[in-house]
Amino acid sequence: MAAAAELTLLEKSLGLSKGNKYSAQGERQIPVLQTNNGPSLTGLTTIAAHLVKQANKEYLLGSTAEEKAIVQQWLEYRVTRVDGHSSKDDIHALLKDLNSYLEDKVYLTGYNFTLADILLYYGLHRFIILEKFIHGF
Amino acid sequence: MRLFVSEGAPGSLPVLAAARRAQGRAELLISTVGPEECVVPFLTQPKVPVLQLDNGNYLFSTSAICRYFFLLSGWEQDDLTNQWLEWEATELQPALSAALYYLVVQGKKGEDVLGPVRRALTHIDHSLSRRSCPFLAGETESLADIVLWGALYPLLQDPAYLPEELGALHSWFQTVSSQEPCQRAAETVLKQQGVLALRPYLQKQPQPSSLQGRAVSNEPEEEELATLSEEEIAMAVTAWEKGLGNLPPLRPPQNPVLPVAGERNVLITSALPYVNNVPHLGNIIGCVLSADVFARYSRLRQWNTLYLCGTDEYGTATETKAMEEGLTPQEICDKYHAIHADIYRWFNISFDIFGRTTTPQQTKITQDIFQRLFSRGFVLQDTVEQLRCEQCARFLADRFVEGVCPFCGYEEARGDQCDKCGKLINATELKKPQCKVCRSCPVVKSSQHLFLDLPKLEKRLEEWLENTLPGSDWTPNARFIIRSWLRDGLKPRCITRDLKWGTPVPLEGFEDKVFYVWFDATIGYLSITANYTDQWERWWKNPEQVSLYQFMAKDNVPFHGLVFPCSALGAEDNYTLVSHLIATEYLNYEDGKFSKSRGVGVFGDMAQDTGIPADIWRFYLLYIRPEGQDSAFSWTDMLLKNNSELLNNLGNFINRAGMFVSKFFGGYVPEMVLTSDDQRLLAHVTLELQHYHQLLEKVRIRDALRSILTISRHGNQYIQVNEPWKRIKGSEADRQRAGTVTGLAVNIAALLSVMLQPYMPTVSATIQAQLQLPPPACGILLTNFLCTLPAGHLIGTVSPLFQKLENDQIESLRQRFGGGQLEESLELKAKVSSKPAVGETVTATGPQQIQVLMDEVTKQGNIVRELKAQKADKNQVAAEVAKLLDLKKQLALAEGKPLETPKGKKKK
Repeated sequence: MAAAAELTLLEKSLGLSKGNKYSAQGERQIPVLQTNNGPSLTGLTTIAAHLVKQANKEYLLGSTAEEKAIVQQWLEYRVTRVDGHSSKDDIHALLKDLNSYLEDKVYLTGYNFTLADILLYYGLHRFIILEKFIHGF
Repeated sequence: MRLFVSEGAPGSLPVLAAARRAQGRAELLISTVGPEECVVPFLTQPKVPVLQLDNGNYLFSTSAICRYFFLLSGWEQDDLTNQWLEWEATELQPALSAALYYLVVQGKKGEDVLGPVRRALTHIDHSLSRRSCPFLAGETESLADIVLWGALYPLLQDPAYLPEELGALHSWFQTVSSQEPCQRAAETVLKQQGVLALRPYLQKQPQPSSLQGRAVSNEPEEEELATLSEEEIAMAVTAWEKGLGNLPPLRPPQNPVLPVAGERNVLITSALPYVNNVPHLGNIIGCVLSADVFARYSRLRQWNTLYLCGTDEYGTATETKAMEEGLTPQEICDKYHAIHADIYRWFNISFDIFGRTTTPQQTKITQDIFQRLFSRGFVLQDTVEQLRCEQCARFLADRFVEGVCPFCGYEEARGDQCDKCGKLINATELKKPQCKVCRSCPVVKSSQHLFLDLPKLEKRLEEWLENTLPGSDWTPNARFIIRSWLRDGLKPRCITRDLKWGTPVPLEGFEDKVFYVWFDATIGYLSITANYTDQWERWWKNPEQVSLYQFMAKDNVPFHGLVFPCSALGAEDNYTLVSHLIATEYLNYEDGKFSKSRGVGVFGDMAQDTGIPADIWRFYLLYIRPEGQDSAFSWTDMLLKNNSELLNNLGNFINRAGMFVSKFFGGYVPEMVLTSDDQRLLAHVTLELQHYHQLLEKVRIRDALRSILTISRHGNQYIQVNEPWKRIKGSEADRQRAGTVTGLAVNIAALLSVMLQPYMPTVSATIQAQLQLPPPACGILLTNFLCTLPAGHLIGTVSPLFQKLENDQIESLRQRFGGGQLEESLELKAKVSSKPAVGETVTATGPQQIQVLMDEVTKQGNIVRELKAQKADKNQVAAEVAKLLDLKKQLALAEGKPLETPKGKKKK
């Protein structure tokens, strides 16, 4: 899923009515958001966090210092590891790690649903649907 | 909470620096673990640093740990910090880990290390200077500064890797480094050993994935869309309305072109290609084509411009080639000079002169410079021991000797290096040396040689560089190369050779010698100019009035930036020295290198047989110009860029704009009534045009091409939003709107045709003919966007500009050039070289093929040596050695020599 489509989907689920237009930059087609009153924002997780604040749903970024750091850690994981996968073995190792991390958790931060869950879900969606890797778990 | 770190893990730097923020808010224990210890239970791969939180959860991302410490101290998250951290993780880290791997694990230096990160460093520098804030996210030091500082510190603490020209980055880095927490972290992690402290850790890490993939990138960094002020818009509108009246008269063509006092006089040279090689695409983009774009641009600015180049014809290689082809050196030069000239003509290179170095002028000027240096005491004499073949009556250059290696006893060691043990050899140390031409045994004779006393000239050179470099447009790699030469100290350079094919040395006792390429190749520019006009000194002895731009690939920098300036400064004759030295990085072919011997890659003479027009080649080569970092030619990418950028973007826009005028307005440009939206577009186009000028004035050729494509993208959007094809059928107001949009669009197309001229001269001329653009508007490019096609102007017949490249067409070209054309080109050569080679053993296979095999052997020898040096896997080494032996066997067969029987098994 292209980053722009993903962000549009996120806007909808956040209940933001006015759809933003995104352009894409460079080889990896990094999304860029031109904001009305300021410089543009670049990067999937940066824009996603911005949208969450716009929708006044800051709790999706975590409520304690610890949760906030964990949310950002998994957002980084999403753009570096999940988007940066190169081989089936890599994907397999990644899914294995996630599976073992989530064994005793409901969501990535524990019990609270956050932006990290949304973006990781979007990111993993294509492997899981296309490759049916999930059957292994 | 407990922090796990490992000796030499770079992630410890920012984490330790940030930890000071959280001091007093939580208890922090630090444990040191081995680099391969798995601290985090759920991660398969080891990872440090890791922070174990009091509730048992883990933070395993360096940035997240730093963020946590900052959050504990009461800091609040913001968009800009998030953006920097995301950029650090996705862009900076992959580039940095490649650079550190090269530097620390592979022991590489200089551009090899700096290359991968240069773009990222430039990005930080630009962001800092654009926002004019001292720190990344504002007025105070914050999380983004610590995370980026920590990532960059291991590399940038060595000043060699902190490019001078990135001033904003420089001062930011110094400021952050001087903060106490950062200083402490740096001491703890690097232990005053510099970057080598990271080695124990990095060696244990897998090779960075950014290195396994394509390390080179053809993608530019895109600029943010600027916000416009009312003032800018008003100025753009005023300029536009003045129209053609704004244009100065066209400068009449001059012959010869000579500098004019009070004008801008631009002298442009492209590195002289060596005559007996057919240039490949990398050579073409490296100098000739890049310089051509700048020369054409310079003429569009009405600057007084002279662009020259020529073939470099003297030297051993020409003599060897002549022997191979059974021709005299002069005949070889004549033949290949013509081949070169044809190739550049086909590529539409706008030389004012394309000369050669084998002329009486070359002798005269070289000898004059030499005499001046000699009489001023800048030339040394010394004795050099060399091998001389009495039979051939000449001293043998290294490549003309073979013998037994003094180290390993290998029987076919070359005069400079043994292919078997890889040691460097002095030709005089070879046992049983043989002359490669007649196979007789040469004797050691001492020979007198002349040396340019560079150490004595070093001070003058440094003074000159100090005055020249600041504010000039020398490329960073050229500055870097010159700086490292000066750092190592200059040594006397031998400037004579025992050869016949060269410029004679005008000194008693040196009648059998000629000048070496180090001395006289760069003097070629002067002699070529002297063959063009007898007033050549008005260009070359006129530093006050002339700006000299020299284009080359980076391997040529020492000749132009150091040796020639030293000769010229020592000669004390007021020579014009290089003001802007423009050096490119290397262009690769697909995933490897161009190789004539393996028949890989596209060479100048073959490009025209592909059926792809010269302008498309020019466009793609300039689009991927190795500016700032290596880049790669890729067939698929060429297809993509042709079909997306040229066909769908640029071609589509220009064609639509012209078609609307023809179809809806009978070929006459309609009346334009500009709305505020149109005025904004005018200002955007003007801004982009000015950006194009700024870039080209700095010789950032590849980046300026992006501005052209950006304007046509604006144009396409403009047409798409305003839908003139619908409005033309609507009300009076709608029809007027359609007219304005069409008129503005066709004027943008006219502007694009001029901006495109340096890059694609034929396409530019086609567009101008289709639009019937008046001559002054075709030949001059101002910094403002003018209405050059006023209402009522009649345009010509419009037709499509570009053709789609098809997949199967490109696929078949890829196969043809991917290494398969070896036999074909050998056949061609066999046809042109009529006489059989003399001196070589006559065998079934030709000398060219022997050369090919010899190159292959050398190359394979290098691969084996490299693997051994890296202590690679035994089986891998054995496989490569087998290949080497096989190649040597083929070579022996081709040379008609008896096969070497292997002497027992190798001990190991």
